[in-house]
Amino acid sequence: MSWLYHLLIEPFLHYGFMGRALAGSFALAFAAGPLGVFLVLRRMSLMGDAMAHAILPGVAVGFLTAGLSLSAMTIGGLVTGLVVALLAGAVARLTPLREDASFAAFYLVSLGLGVLLVSLRGSNMDLIHVLFGTVLGLDDASLLLVTATSSVTLLVMAVIFRPLVVECLDPGFLRAQRGAGSLSHMVFLVLLVLTLVAGFQVLGTLMVVGIMMLPATAARFWARSAGRQMVLAGLIGSAASFFGLLISYHADVPASPAIILSAGAVYFLSVALGPYGGLLQAARQARARRRRLAEIVG
Amino acid sequence: MDAAAIELDQVSLGWRDRVAVRDVSGAFGRGTLTAIVGPNGAGKSTLLKGIMGVLNPLRGEIRLAGDPGRDMACLPQSGELDRSFPISTFDLVAMGAWRRVGAWKGFGAAERERVWQALDTVGLADFAARIVGTLSGGQLQRALFARLLLQDAHTLLLDEPFAAVDRATTEDLMALLRRWHQEGRTVIAVLHDLDMVREMFPRTLLMAGQAVAWGSTAEVLTPENLHLARHLCAGDYR
Repeated sequence: MSWLYHLLIEPFLHYGFMGRALAGSFALAFAAGPLGVFLVLRRMSLMGDAMAHAILPGVAVGFLTAGLSLSAMTIGGLVTGLVVALLAGAVARLTPLREDASFAAFYLVSLGLGVLLVSLRGSNMDLIHVLFGTVLGLDDASLLLVTATSSVTLLVMAVIFRPLVVECLDPGFLRAQRGAGSLSHMVFLVLLVLTLVAGFQVLGTLMVVGIMMLPATAARFWARSAGRQMVLAGLIGSAASFFGLLISYHADVPASPAIILSAGAVYFLSVALGPYGGLLQAARQARARRRRLAEIVG
Repeated sequence: MDAAAIELDQVSLGWRDRVAVRDVSGAFGRGTLTAIVGPNGAGKSTLLKGIMGVLNPLRGEIRLAGDPGRDMACLPQSGELDRSFPISTFDLVAMGAWRRVGAWKGFGAAERERVWQALDTVGLADFAARIVGTLSGGQLQRALFARLLLQDAHTLLLDEPFAAVDRATTEDLMALLRRWHQEGRTVIAVLHDLDMVREMFPRTLLMAGQAVAWGSTAEVLTPENLHLARHLCAGDYR
């Protein structure tokens, strides 16, 4: 069994940076997965993408003024992320443009602006650092930020779970009850931006959405209820982080794409084999249907 | 007619650049059973949204007796519900307990018992565990009526409760409406089936962008009024 130990466990025990990478991406996965499940349920899958890009200009401004400073980049990212969320929501409300289109417009502008700003002062290495993260170089401050943010996100999600579900299912219901439906939506957006800002330290602004959306879309094929999907999404994200880091270590490839590709592999497996709407199950049902029809028609 | 449950004072309502309801005045008496009828685009649903408080009046005032959040329950048009959301029929009905349970309070045995009773009343007891997306149109409507039962409100607003529902379901649900009426609740329903309105609803509001007529059903649903309503709505394409 010792070869298994060498293969799966030793890298994380032997090298501090691998252990930190695992801890950071576990924390991120457990907050990002549940958020992703709600984005999928609300048909706002693109929103995660949009918000992840929206934090880029703020991160870049932080970087321009203070260099690779964690707090400056975090605050900058939070500010632009929230501003874009509010502006895109306002455009969707005030004009006939639908919310997804309005978010797409804002995120393309943000991406352009962010890359331009980073390039003003930084090198290409800095740009790559911001876009793809530094999961293998997490310092104490970053690790603390990610774990604290994820804990807060999970707690607040638990607090607003009920209104969030009701708001998703029947948006008019809470409004008619004078309930705080739109408030829960706002809180959800803030959590989304928070998690993305914390997550960009780990996986970078481009890749962090992957650990949010891929496990969530995969979980949909294995569980019916929203609650189970959320737990499952966290587990899938963690497993993808574990195997992604191992692949990165043994095959000597960059870590964040390896993590995202591992999550992608789980997604494709789920599409094929998942018991709720997977392709295999659909084919089996079609066969059973044909057999039934043949029996009835004779 | 004694005290009014809902009073409209020169109310105008609209969306974006369109004024859908113009200058409606009148009152829904407490404990009355009223049908709102009229051609498509007559502003019936818009008026309901105004009463629910989802839409603010452009002009005029809507006065409600009692605290609106507490006293009003609405049946949405089925299109407004996200049927792909993975939630069980039991949980959908349980939403009706919102004003007692809210976002955080526990869902105790008494509330569970209410949900089972409501499911039983609408004939869905065997479907409690079914995901909402697998229910037929009629079954979903029964579930939404069960949710209304749980809300136990004094005023009930129903937007096209019998659209796309078969006859047996319509009869069952209509019986529930009559029961609510007999219990003294104020019931307002947007409907299309004029025969049913004549048979079952004592009062009617005929809409065509404005209130064409409002009063006892026999006086409102005259050929002249119906002709006028169609004429007014056709003229709305200016």
